[in-house]
Amino acid sequence: MNAALIIDTAYFVAAFLFIYGLKRMSSPVTARSGIVVAGWGMVVAVVASFLYTLDVNEAARPHLATNILLAAVALGLGLGWAWWSGRRVAMTAMPQMVALYNGMGGGAAAAIAAIELYGYKTHGMVVLTLAVLGGLIGSVSLSGSLIAWAKLDGRINKTLRMPGLQAINGLFLLATAGLGVWIIANGGKIGHLEITVFFVLALLYGVMMTMPIGGADMPVVISLYNAFTGLAVGFEGYVINNPALMIAGMVVGSAGTLLTLLMAKAMNRSVSNVLFSNFGAAGDQQQGEIAGSMKPVDAGDAGINMRYASKVIIAPGYGLAVAQAQHKLYEFVKILEAADVEVKFAIHPVAGRMPGHMNVLLAEAGVPYDIIHDMEDINGEFKEADVAIVIGANDTVNPAARTNKSSPIYGMPILNVDLAKQVYVVKRGQGKGYSGVENELFFADNTNMVYGDAQKVLVAMIQAVKSLDGGGH
Amino acid sequence: MEYTTTLLTGFVALYIFMLAAFTGFEIIGRVPSILHTPLMSGSNFVHGIVVVGALWALVNASTPLEQAIGFFGVLLGAGNAAGGYVVTERMLDMFKPSDKKKT
Repeated sequence: MNAALIIDTAYFVAAFLFIYGLKRMSSPVTARSGIVVAGWGMVVAVVASFLYTLDVNEAARPHLATNILLAAVALGLGLGWAWWSGRRVAMTAMPQMVALYNGMGGGAAAAIAAIELYGYKTHGMVVLTLAVLGGLIGSVSLSGSLIAWAKLDGRINKTLRMPGLQAINGLFLLATAGLGVWIIANGGKIGHLEITVFFVLALLYGVMMTMPIGGADMPVVISLYNAFTGLAVGFEGYVINNPALMIAGMVVGSAGTLLTLLMAKAMNRSVSNVLFSNFGAAGDQQQGEIAGSMKPVDAGDAGINMRYASKVIIAPGYGLAVAQAQHKLYEFVKILEAADVEVKFAIHPVAGRMPGHMNVLLAEAGVPYDIIHDMEDINGEFKEADVAIVIGANDTVNPAARTNKSSPIYGMPILNVDLAKQVYVVKRGQGKGYSGVENELFFADNTNMVYGDAQKVLVAMIQAVKSLDGGGH
Repeated sequence: MEYTTTLLTGFVALYIFMLAAFTGFEIIGRVPSILHTPLMSGSNFVHGIVVVGALWALVNASTPLEQAIGFFGVLLGAGNAAGGYVVTERMLDMFKPSDKKKT
């Protein structure tokens, strides 16, 4: 047995485990074991990779000891930091963390491309083209993901918008791509300066492309960069003749593309619309006056009313998670269920910060997934519900999306909470939602506003219902 | 007989890419939206395999520049793989049906 055979076998096993693991991850019942299966694939591939040291090229031989030391330190640092940060990140901050890890992968793919180009190691048109392409996509994914992370993490609050920005970005991309073609046309025999400029331009383009995109659209963008990184990894896999990278990269590239399209569809937007339009920029002028007024109600009264309802549907949004009120909410739900109230959760596809994020946040609080329903499944049930309660959600329940053609969110699918007999909206203040659009629901006749921090409101509801039942039981 | 690695060039590579692309498409095609976030994170973990390529590049580095870039490549790739795994596992750990009583 020689090293090459062991390495190739290990990669075959890893590729199998990745695909099998992803397959298991696509059902809630087997998902937990899926990631473990894929994890073993990674372990097998990384361990086998140390056999590379037995067969290095002539030029690198004198540096082998240094290189192995560097590799061990880099692996240890990267692994240690990521493990530590991944363990302690809050579930609400998960989307930006995924963006960060994804950007790192893009950076690693770009690094492989950089070594190949700076070292003049690639020969042949096809290999060179894929090296350059992977380097470009990987770099864009790295810097773009970093901006996405900074925005979702609240480190960048400005959304850069100015007339002609798209044209400038277009020129940027053109210049970067042009330089890439120049590198390929010269067979890669080109100065280090030009190669450096190429990577710098690619990184800058990632920044410029992501800066104008608003926070609400960020999940789609993160998913897109996830697909980008996959593609870059696949291309670089071809460049260094590594089938594990080729297969894993391409599987993620296509899976990520499909996931991006599904997410964009759930928000009723096209991907190009997300990337190239200034959503919400002109939102304020397009609205007419809304008739009616907002009617506040006491939290305890609302709680007691729900105790005597027969069916309650809860529409949670990101505001619930920001207030860290998921646990209190589930406590309240259990009290209602004990009083024979039928309680269901209605989840909008983009509730939370990305599709499925709200499910994760509710799962963290221990809410069983079979009382949580997708929008399509539950939208027909609102008209039978006695009470619909909206907590920390806004744009996803705005009936203007159904009725008002001039509204910027017109056409977006929404939860039909306004059809319930009584609607309660738990909200911190009178502000607008992420899109900056006024919400007609708040002014409707059957809506009452419960102002306050979600956690405090729920505590008040729990106490009101408990003091009601307290004497009898 | 000595084993040597087959070079995956030309059409062989194209076939691999095509089949892998369809595989990815099929796997995600029928996923309920409650799993979109963990699955995005899970596929994010899978492309962490890039660390293996970065390791190869670093081991074969012969100039200080290549060593420096390789070092960062492995660092970033390892972060991608480890971070992707940890957050995905944490998320999936929470999915429980209601008949399973929590302690």
